[in-house]
Amino acid sequence: MDFLRPSPRLWTARLLVWAGASAVALTVSTGAAGWMVGRTLAAAVAVGVAVVAGLWLWMLRGRYRAWGYLERDDDLLVRRGVLIRRLSVVPYGRMQFLDVTAGPVDRWLGLATVQLHTAAAATDAHIPGLTSADAGKLRDRLATLGEARAAGL
Amino acid sequence: MTDHLLDPAPGERPWTRLHPLSPLLHFGRAIAVVAAVFLPRMANPLLHEGHDVPWPEMVGGAGLVLTGFVSWLVTRWRVSHGELQIETGLIRRQSIRVPLRRVQAIDIVRPLLGRILGLAELRIALAGTGSSSSRLAYLTEERAHEVRAELLALGAGLAGDTPVPSERRIVSVDFWTLLASVVCSATAAVVTAVVIAVAVAAVLTGSPLLVLGIGWPILLTAGAAMARQLNAEYGFTVAEAPDGLRLRSGLLSTRAETVPIGRVQAVRWISPVLWRAFGWHRLEIDVARQRLSAGGEHEGGHLSSALLPVGSEHDAATLLARVLPGTHVTPPPGSQPPWRAMWRAPLSYRNLRAWHDDTYVWTRTGRLRPTVTIVPLAKVQSLRWVQGPVQRRLRLATVHVDTAGRGWHAVAYARDQDEADLLLWRLTELSRSARRPA
Repeated sequence: MDFLRPSPRLWTARLLVWAGASAVALTVSTGAAGWMVGRTLAAAVAVGVAVVAGLWLWMLRGRYRAWGYLERDDDLLVRRGVLIRRLSVVPYGRMQFLDVTAGPVDRWLGLATVQLHTAAAATDAHIPGLTSADAGKLRDRLATLGEARAAGL
Repeated sequence: MTDHLLDPAPGERPWTRLHPLSPLLHFGRAIAVVAAVFLPRMANPLLHEGHDVPWPEMVGGAGLVLTGFVSWLVTRWRVSHGELQIETGLIRRQSIRVPLRRVQAIDIVRPLLGRILGLAELRIALAGTGSSSSRLAYLTEERAHEVRAELLALGAGLAGDTPVPSERRIVSVDFWTLLASVVCSATAAVVTAVVIAVAVAAVLTGSPLLVLGIGWPILLTAGAAMARQLNAEYGFTVAEAPDGLRLRSGLLSTRAETVPIGRVQAVRWISPVLWRAFGWHRLEIDVARQRLSAGGEHEGGHLSSALLPVGSEHDAATLLARVLPGTHVTPPPGSQPPWRAMWRAPLSYRNLRAWHDDTYVWTRTGRLRPTVTIVPLAKVQSLRWVQGPVQRRLRLATVHVDTAGRGWHAVAYARDQDEADLLLWRLTELSRSARRPA
């Protein structure tokens, strides 16, 4: 069985946020350096910011690729992270409630995040970048499974 | 519905009010403050005759008394249909239903003023948040014990008038041991370090007052923490009753917790380095309940998680056997992580262990406070496999076992990567079969 991956639109969402933030950082820092000191420094700052933004993009790409989830018979697996790799196993019977959230960029692209909560605060299982339809279906499926396999505390 | 069978008497039981002196305890502090402001001013007009009456204080005091009286008047409770029902509030009416089957623990708390007046508060802990609202404050002590026995009996599915089960004392902690254990604690070590630092700094800078001004708050905080611990854990006694373990403690205000055995989510066995010479250990248990909110704080409102604040290995082992039968904290051979984990955790490497059988998982971590965390596999909430960059280089990985309650989790730290993979699937498998009712 292979891990399912978030929608490719998640990458679009990440890129949009990255492009926006990088553009702002580049304009502001280069502008400030150019205005206060001179062209040479402005160019140096621009290169520096560009390098950082490039690294950030590389990180984002890796993290986007690392996401995966797998619905098994009794539990849900969620995999994520590049630098720190994590794999969570959440039994359906332990689910207390489910959250489906979508920020403004996500909503515009028709994406949503599904998050599972158990009675343990440390449980870390959320799946970003599902299409709204998929998120709804996943939520309903998990809720049904959770009810069927519910176990007391 | 079986719930109707739980109702001890046919028909509805009448609603009862709390003890009439309850508002006095609720507003005990406020009344003390008002009195402190009020009395000197009150005395003044008497001394200098003809002066005006202190209206603001009078109105404030009267308002407080009235509020207390009204809140008492509109609060009522009863036990019915296997539930504890509480109704309260004049403007914002609140109706609380506590399903007794879901009760995690019941505490009897007696603040200092309550002890003087012979009153006690009953707290019913549930797994969810907001458990501070499911409490009966205050009842007479006798009534509190009766109600607790009734609630526990109903919660266990027995008739409400089941006689109070007899209990047997297992362990108690004497004052001198407790005092010595607090003196040999990390807090005390901080105090000593601060005292030395202050003394050295005072000599070096030549301005002792300034240095003292900086060191003072730390000392005060540490001292208060130690005093609080002494107060909370004074006279600690564990008794065994058929409905659970009874934990009693407290100097100024006392509390008696009842923890139904099946509700224990995790146990920690802590052996601080400073206690090694005495051969002492500390046991803590976690029950799935939330910490009480700050609003529920009275004297003694501080929630102790200790099953045994300090005790010999024999005492700790006896208690552990009661709570989680068939467990011990001696790691079996082969439970340590590979030698290369030393690079990742040079200080605590010696103490790192992880092992499991079909019912429990044990992990040991820590340097100054080596702690064995024991989690029954049937209580596991979720499992996590985590690998940081350094661990990846060393082909190591960590497995976390999450439990409900305070958010303790058993951590099998820095295991061999393949072993961690295996452990994750094995524990998933075992906890699944442990969760299934036999």
